Amino acid sequence: MKKPSVELRLPILPNMELIATQTAEVISRHMSLTDDQCAEISMALIEACINAFEHSKAENNVFINFLIEDDSLVIKVIDQGIGFDKTKVEIPKIENKIGKDERKRGWGLQLIQELMDSVEFESNDEGTTVTMKKNIKH
Amino acid sequence: MNDFITNVKENNSIVIIETNGYLNNVGGEAVSTLVYEKMAQGKTKFLINMASTKIVNSIGVSILIEIIEKLQEVNGKIGYYNLAPIVAKTFNIMGLTKYSTVYETEEAAVNEL
Repeated sequence: MKKPSVELRLPILPNMELIATQTAEVISRHMSLTDDQCAEISMALIEACINAFEHSKAENNVFINFLIEDDSLVIKVIDQGIGFDKTKVEIPKIENKIGKDERKRGWGLQLIQELMDSVEFESNDEGTTVTMKKNIKH
Repeated sequence: MNDFITNVKENNSIVIIETNGYLNNVGGEAVSTLVYEKMAQGKTKFLINMASTKIVNSIGVSILIEIIEKLQEVNGKIGYYNLAPIVAKTFNIMGLTKYSTVYETEEAAVNEL
């Protein structure tokens, strides 16, 4: 039987990531995830959406697919932007940012990786798909 | 004051800022504008009561890093209290807790900052 899924299409407008977090909260409750798991999913989703909105230079919509598995929630955030090379993304450290000229931003990927159980990136010049997974731990 | 900052008060020369809602770029800039105004008036210690801010993003938190950097120039300090667990975890991942302090209560914050 096909697993249940939810699909969102978000316009690139300020704070549209909050629509994704509201959806994630409903799905998390349906899956009986803990409050902490739900909050971590929402935070990771915010960061993935912001990356898609801001860094991809995508002009259209961002698509989010929630796939409800037996033992996990899988979320795909898909943009049709210019893509990025993850190997060129440096791991941010606050020590390198405080008191230095380095920009203070650039934490999105680090947060996503810390908050989710697994993260995969597929990216080319036609867009990026971030696949994030949170395992169910009751 | 904008919608994100709901109250500003002083206790023992510490400026205490109460926030409400999403700490994004707009919320972060509201806090930084207020802090820089108070710094121009000679204030160097700040606390943020985040009881009503349950959700943040890294852009808003990055603005707090900018504030920490500015405060270091005047030997100032900033701290936070009433953080939701995910906000505390985000601050920890981003390293804010190396340069500023999370307190449990306003009383503890005012006594220790």
